[in-house]
This record gives sequence, structure tokens and C-alpha cells, in this order.
Amino acid sequence: MNSQIPALLRVFSYLSILTVGGGMAAFPEMEELTVKVHHWLEFHQLIHLYSVGQLAPGPNMMMIVAIGDWAGGNLGAVVVLIAFFGPTALLALIIGRLWTKLEAWPWRRSIQDGLASVSVGLLLAGTLSMAKGAVTGWTTGGIALSVLLIMLWRKINPALLVLGGAVVGGIVFMPK
Amino acid sequence: MSEAKTILVNEKELVTAARAKVTVFDIFLQFLIIGATSFGGVIPYLREGLITKNHWVDDKEFVELLSISQSLPGLNATNMAVLLGDRLKGWLGAIAGIVGVCLPGAAIMFGVGIFYRIHGDHPAVTALLKGVAAAAAGLLLSTVIQLGKKSLSRRYDLIFVLATVLAVNRFHLGVPKTLVIVGLVAILFHYPRKAAKEGGAE
Repeated sequence: MNSQIPALLRVFSYLSILTVGGGMAAFPEMEELTVKVHHWLEFHQLIHLYSVGQLAPGPNMMMIVAIGDWAGGNLGAVVVLIAFFGPTALLALIIGRLWTKLEAWPWRRSIQDGLASVSVGLLLAGTLSMAKGAVTGWTTGGIALSVLLIMLWRKINPALLVLGGAVVGGIVFMPK
Repeated sequence: MSEAKTILVNEKELVTAARAKVTVFDIFLQFLIIGATSFGGVIPYLREGLITKNHWVDDKEFVELLSISQSLPGLNATNMAVLLGDRLKGWLGAIAGIVGVCLPGAAIMFGVGIFYRIHGDHPAVTALLKGVAAAAAGLLLSTVIQLGKKSLSRRYDLIFVLATVLAVNRFHLGVPKTLVIVGLVAILFHYPRKAAKEGGAE
């Protein structure tokens, strides 16, 4: 019924295997595919949905459900969930079972160490792509920097800081 | 000292006893609760729910699974749900775990998506979201820094981090090509050294 379903399935299962190190590793590719190629939403909407997602409990990329719903209705939402979480879940299941054998394999440690730096790099690249849309001036820069410093300084629930950002944003940007 | 040892032994017995009784539905329910309450990051809640509350795993196994989760594609939270569920009750446990942990957040974001589609352009909503997005950006950067501190043992690893960022953001090589090219070089760089001294942080 909805012509976007195959594309949603394709795009999100592809994004799934790119999430090395975390969901944000796939963000640059997600921007490219969902915004520029398929026009399911606009860049600022992608950023907003991702960011609001930080206030929801559970794994932090659940905003993909909203994209699925917008592009393909209820079925789209379900398809996106299965496509995004299915492939990596299957892989985790297989590797988890092979792990005791893999542990003795000399290259296992090399792969883990090598991929560690690349996954930090991918996360950083995703973060910078996202920050380009989120940090647009002095106020947003100040909010981002404050959150960064507080997080590095103290152990505090990140959701509270995101709420704090909403309060500051509300005060500064609210139309008079 | 001996007291600590006793606690450790008890912990092991507790885990063995608890695992013998666990059902697929128990797993689903526990992960559903974690999925519905884990504001600000799933891993601490997993630790609390699975180790402290239910004794389904001990700390050592939890840390081991977390290290597997981190080196695989996929989110930490969902990989952990699969790995833990599988250890507890096989593939059915894995499905129960991942569905449970995802369901509440997915339902919430479904609702948020509908609300945002209707009201997203309202100036008041935009004002709040500007602040939320900026905070999320700062939060992400702190996560990257903390992960980097924890998982990068050698200084030269920073070169691979930089190469990855430049490849994706500057040269627009795309994530897959970057992953393969930089990843391969980094893995070869970390080739297995026989009896060489291990990295200090280990």
C-alpha cells in the first residue's frame, strides 16, 4: 500500500550495520539517506527527533520509529524497528555464542583494539554532523558546552541536563 | 578480606540458583521495566536490574558481555539485551530481552513523532527544541570523550580517530568505506604481537 516500505527496509537495515560504537556512528549516513535522498524529513527535524529521544527511556535511537511512521505509517514504524535492530541483534547472537572460541584467537584482540579507535572516530564524526545543526549561535553553543563540562565533571543523569537545555532554550528563544 | 570472599561465593551460588528458575516471560518483564524506566542511559539500569535485583549474571560476566557489545555494530543497550537474554534462555530469551527493552521507548517516540509532526513548527516548541538539541550535542560529545578515554589505550590510536573523522566529515567518503579502510589499517596496526608487553592500561 505504501510505496516507501521497501526503501525504509533497505535504508534502515543498511544503517543498522553501520552503528559501530553506537547509534550516532550511522548519523552522517542517516542524514544523507533520510533527508537528502529520500526526503522523509528535514535535517532540523532529524536533529530535533534525535534530541527529544534523549528524554525517553530505553535505547537512544528510538526516534527512527517516528521517521518510519512519517514515511510509511504504522507499518513503516514496525518495519523500521525490525530493519534497524534485526541485523545487529542476529549478529550479536551469533558472535555471543562463538565468543568462547573467538577469545583465544590472536586476531580477536587486534580487531577489538583496531575497531575501538575507528568507532570513537565514527561517533565523533556523527556528533559533529549533528552539532552542526544543533549549535547555531552563542546560546546553543553555551548550552552544549555547559552540558559537556558538567558531564565530564560530575556523574549526573543526562536526561536532567537535556531538560535543563529545554528550559534555557525556552527562556531565550521563546517569542515574546 | 575473607568476608569479601564469602560474599563472592554466595554471589555465584545466587546466580546459579536464580538462573535455574528464570523464564522467558521473566526476562521480557524485567527488560520491559528497564526499557520503561532507564532515563539517561540503559546500561546502569541493566546492571541494577540484572545483577543487584535478580542475580541473573555476576559482575564479571556483565563486563565481559559489555565489551562484546561495544565491539559489535548495534547499540550497546540492544546488544546487551540480546547477549544477556541468550545466556539466560537461548534465542527466545534474546528476543524477549530486545523486544522488552525497545518497546516502551519505541511507543513513546511513536507518540512524540505524531505530536512533533503537528506542533513541531510552533514557535514555543521550536524554542524548547533548540535548547534540547544543543544539550544533546554537548551530551554526545561527553560520551565520545568518555568512551575514548576508556577504550583507547595507546596515544597513536588518536590518529585513527582523526583519520575517521576527516574521512567522514571532510572528504565525505561515507561511513562504510571509512569503516573498511581505516578499520583495516587500524586492525593491522594492532596485529597480534607475540609476548610483546601488553598496553599499560590493560
